[in-house]
Amino acid sequence: MSDASTSNGPVLAADGTPLKRSLARSLRMQKTRALLLIAPLLVFVLITFIAPIADMLFRSVENQIVSDTLPETTIALRGWDPKGEDLPDEAVFEALFNDMQLATERKRHTSLGTRLNYEQVGISSLFRQSGRKIKDIGEVWQDQFEDLDAFWKKGENWAELLGTESWVASAKDWKKADGAQPRFQARADVAAALPQTLAAYQDFADFTQLEDNKALYKEDPWGKVYVALHADLNASADVSALTGPGADVLKAAAIAAPGFETVSYRDAFIDIHDGWAKLDNWRAIQTYAASYTPGYFLNAVDMQIGPDGAEARPENQQIYIRLFGRTLYMSLVITFACIALGYPVAWLLANLPMRTANLLMILVLLPFWTSLLVRTSAWKVMLQQQGVINDVLVWLGMVAEDGRLVMINNQTGTIIAMTHILLPFMILPMYSVMQTIPPTYLRAAKSLGATNWTAFWRVYFPQTIPGIGAGSILVFILAIGYYITPAIVGGTTGVFISDRIAYHISSSLNWGLGAALGAILLVVVLILYWAYDRIVGIDNVKLGG
Amino acid sequence: MNISSTLGPKLSAQATRQKRGAILADGSSQDAFVEFERVQKSYDGENLVVKDLNLAMPRGEFLTMLGPSGSGKTTCLMMLAGFETATHGDIRLGGESINNIPPHKRGIGMVFQNYALFPHMTVAENLSFPLEVRKMAKSEREKKVKRALDMVQMGAFGGRRPAQLSGGQQQRIALARALVFEAELVLIDEPLGALDKQLREHMQFEIKRIADNLGITVVYVTHDQTEALTMSDRVAVFDDGRIQQLAPPDLLYEAPENSFVAQFIGENNTLEGVIEQIKGDTCLVKLDNGDLIDAKPVNVTKAGERTRVSIRPERVEFNKDRLSPDAHLLKATVKEFIYMGDIFRTRISVAGNDDFIIKTRNAPDQVRLEPGAEIEIGWLAQDCRALDA
Repeated sequence: MSDASTSNGPVLAADGTPLKRSLARSLRMQKTRALLLIAPLLVFVLITFIAPIADMLFRSVENQIVSDTLPETTIALRGWDPKGEDLPDEAVFEALFNDMQLATERKRHTSLGTRLNYEQVGISSLFRQSGRKIKDIGEVWQDQFEDLDAFWKKGENWAELLGTESWVASAKDWKKADGAQPRFQARADVAAALPQTLAAYQDFADFTQLEDNKALYKEDPWGKVYVALHADLNASADVSALTGPGADVLKAAAIAAPGFETVSYRDAFIDIHDGWAKLDNWRAIQTYAASYTPGYFLNAVDMQIGPDGAEARPENQQIYIRLFGRTLYMSLVITFACIALGYPVAWLLANLPMRTANLLMILVLLPFWTSLLVRTSAWKVMLQQQGVINDVLVWLGMVAEDGRLVMINNQTGTIIAMTHILLPFMILPMYSVMQTIPPTYLRAAKSLGATNWTAFWRVYFPQTIPGIGAGSILVFILAIGYYITPAIVGGTTGVFISDRIAYHISSSLNWGLGAALGAILLVVVLILYWAYDRIVGIDNVKLGG
Repeated sequence: MNISSTLGPKLSAQATRQKRGAILADGSSQDAFVEFERVQKSYDGENLVVKDLNLAMPRGEFLTMLGPSGSGKTTCLMMLAGFETATHGDIRLGGESINNIPPHKRGIGMVFQNYALFPHMTVAENLSFPLEVRKMAKSEREKKVKRALDMVQMGAFGGRRPAQLSGGQQQRIALARALVFEAELVLIDEPLGALDKQLREHMQFEIKRIADNLGITVVYVTHDQTEALTMSDRVAVFDDGRIQQLAPPDLLYEAPENSFVAQFIGENNTLEGVIEQIKGDTCLVKLDNGDLIDAKPVNVTKAGERTRVSIRPERVEFNKDRLSPDAHLLKATVKEFIYMGDIFRTRISVAGNDDFIIKTRNAPDQVRLEPGAEIEIGWLAQDCRALDA
């Protein structure tokens, strides 16, 4: 009983350090070791399970492709009223021209078209065709400059006109083998005189040097640069003081420029594809311009973003709500079928003599050792109209030859096959719970005057509820996400939402929608789990012991 | 509050006790409450677990079935409760054969070895269960549950779950549940095995007190002979599927009818030999080493028969002054002296038996025998019982 107990300060260990720190230090070793032991599994789960799920969940709202591909257009479109009857103004089309020029070079316009096609059918071909013909618009200006002087045809001339002498010297003979290309440097006097041209050329230079990795010096500039030059000259740029390569040609162009023929971007785009004259296409672009969108989720519940916010899709496009409903309903039916069929089996397993019970247990486990595909295919053989069951029924005379039962490629087939496949998941938890209930409870109930039924219902059954709960959660959650079996025996009326998810992930490649459907499924399961916890209590779930 | 009157119109315990004497005399009687007649039980069709069981119990008796495990006592209890059917014979309750009555209609209260309290119900719900299945009105149920809980002094525990109770408390609840529906016959199956010694002794007393107060008939199964001797009106000693002896505790201890009972109940010294001669209620036994001793013939009939004599350690005398002058004495060597507080336990070697025990009371004038001392021992002829070999 030294100072540790008498002083008012923190309790000290034998060596004088505070006891808490001393304890933490001694525990840290154990914790570290425990963590290291589970580290491989933790990392594995993180990489192969948590990370992909997080990524998919992110994809269900992620929508950066529109603003990334059409940055200027999305900004310009902000001022446009989607509810009006007017097309966006010329500035928007000009921005679209600039964006499309770059997107086409990057070959990004087709994926953008695919993305927007999910929301607005037909937009995919609009972007594809516009990409092919985007050069036509720039060529209106380009041709006139080139007609004026062949100087404008060659990329080298542009480079020498706009670049500093030192850069031109170093860029002239650059080859890929030389390593990093010397970055474009603009001549200060030209940059002051022709600001728009320089900006356009800089875009072109950045793309060529950084993304395409071609020698900028020899590349012919995009139509956008010619347009910008024309705009600069038309804005009466002062080029008279310029000297250096091409200065004379430039001065000549400055004089000729006001006389150039120009086109309206709007007319040019509409000329390429009349889709650009459709308000719906523009609305789709504006609606999905944001980086994050609820669009996939709305789509997953048969809704879409309209001019006034979320609205129901046309009836002929509604599919997911019905599929979700069917998935939940059939999973419930399967769960109850498993309870009804599994309960007596589990009871037998728990109450038969050891030898017989072991044999029965092997029969229960046998399906586990058989391939899922084999079991499902076996049901196809059993259930089809020319199948085993129908043949036997016809042979017995219970069913007429022309009245063979339709038991496959519909909900019946899915329910039968999935009940069979998921049955062990119900039986095993129920069995392990029943095994722990001593038979004396039933005897006690009977000695107290209960009939067999009362003893079962009041005494035995309530004690098996944790097993039923565990089995039901297991079966229901497995059923709700089941894919292979419904796909094989479900036909069109017996498939689950998982079928659509798989379709969007592997066929339509609309990963965002697939992810949204999956996320909804996940949330539904979590809600049910939560509800179960509230009603039954998750502590009451026993998988064994 | 007089509990026996509140729990139903029962015979008073005292009256029953007196009535019992008349029935004991011939073993089976017209007013026997519980009766086994020529009952046999076999599980596999080859071996009999219960062989020819005959037993009659008057109303209000506390009867204990005592025996080693596998002796058939629990099977008898289960047949009485209705969970096992008799292979042959008749079991009667209140004069009527119950062979074909299912357990839930027998109205027999039962306390199970592990209590079998329903874990998903509270204590009160457990007690209420037998009343509910009898379709009793709610108010009446509550009254009876409360009364039964008070009877076992667990009135404050109605809202608890069985898992929240200690072993002794669970035991009380199990007893209360078996009694709450006013069963006249209560079967109790080794209920105290899981309790520690002190609690066990307390519960023995408690069960006995409640049974006496209510005047109920109790069949109690145990393998603990102390429990059997302290609680019972009569004890049925089971072995090998038969009742070896059915007697009140004092008779069972002092007058065992065969070697098994003598060995099984209490501590016992045995010596083996041949009957030399029988004279009325004494006989002379020649031990295997040639020594002669006095004994009381119990189940030996004629000279020349082999016998095993049985004598309790506290009835052995080594002070010659206290024995009759003509008594036969045996020479013995003291092997070990054990001080046990209230008694001394001395192990001696006599007539080739190294485990012969003498118990003496720790009194001021008591002699403490030293190991190695040569002594002579003897006994009164009626304390030494010549039994079957």
